[in-house]
Amino acid sequence: MPDFLGYLNMAETVPSVSVVHDKDVRIVEFTNNKILDEANIAEIGQTLSALVEERANPKLLLDFANVDHLSSAALGMLINCNNKVKQRNGQLRLANIKSQIIEVFVITKLNKLFRILPTRAEAMSSFNQ
Amino acid sequence: MGNSGSNGRASKTSPKALRWVIDSDFSQGRDVQQAIISAVEANRFSKDNVFAVKLSLEEALINAIKHGNKFDAGKKVKVEATVTPKQVEIIIEDEGPGFDRGGVPDPTLDENLEKCSGRGILLIESYMNKVEWTKGGRRVRLLKKNEDK
Repeated sequence: MPDFLGYLNMAETVPSVSVVHDKDVRIVEFTNNKILDEANIAEIGQTLSALVEERANPKLLLDFANVDHLSSAALGMLINCNNKVKQRNGQLRLANIKSQIIEVFVITKLNKLFRILPTRAEAMSSFNQ
Repeated sequence: MGNSGSNGRASKTSPKALRWVIDSDFSQGRDVQQAIISAVEANRFSKDNVFAVKLSLEEALINAIKHGNKFDAGKKVKVEATVTPKQVEIIIEDEGPGFDRGGVPDPTLDENLEKCSGRGILLIESYMNKVEWTKGGRRVRLLKKNEDK
């Protein structure tokens, strides 16, 4: 059973993400379906950077189950995260992306850049040990 | 209220355009975006078409505010939207220097895939039925028809 760490937002608004760890994988779940608009992107980017820098060879899984909207700025944030993961010899997986959002990745050809799996379980299984 | 034509029959009323003039400010842009999306949803656009309009509109507003006006407090963004059950037309105009559409790199090329920016125009042009850049790139007209794919 994964431990729930949670992410506490000082301003007492709804947290942008929740973070769970399952063995050595950090699972990031976006908790607000409007989360990936311009206003929140910088904050989420900082959260992801902190998770990547936490340890060597980080394993990060981003769960998009609650995401209904995605802008190009959010894509930029995800690319930045991917670049940092690679620099630290880590692994990044994206999972539970809805079909409308998958289309955005396909149009931008970012489905070639990211490892995208249909479910969280499949994403977890895909990490190299 | 419509005007009578020469044959005595009332012509159809033109849909009323919604208009805003906002500062170069993201939160004001979001308010405009929400108002337009509410109108689109009230006109029973399909979910896919609402998604397309929302994404394209956000990208175009961000471009106007950030890349066009460079967040200059002295510069405005004008937005006009005309919504019917069949289509939505949106015009966005900034007061920036404009840009050359042809000079924007293709973000889908391998050498550009890992760049963090440069995808807004691609998304707008992919999701809209028609996109017209005028006034040196300072003005964009977006057209989305409420049709099945």
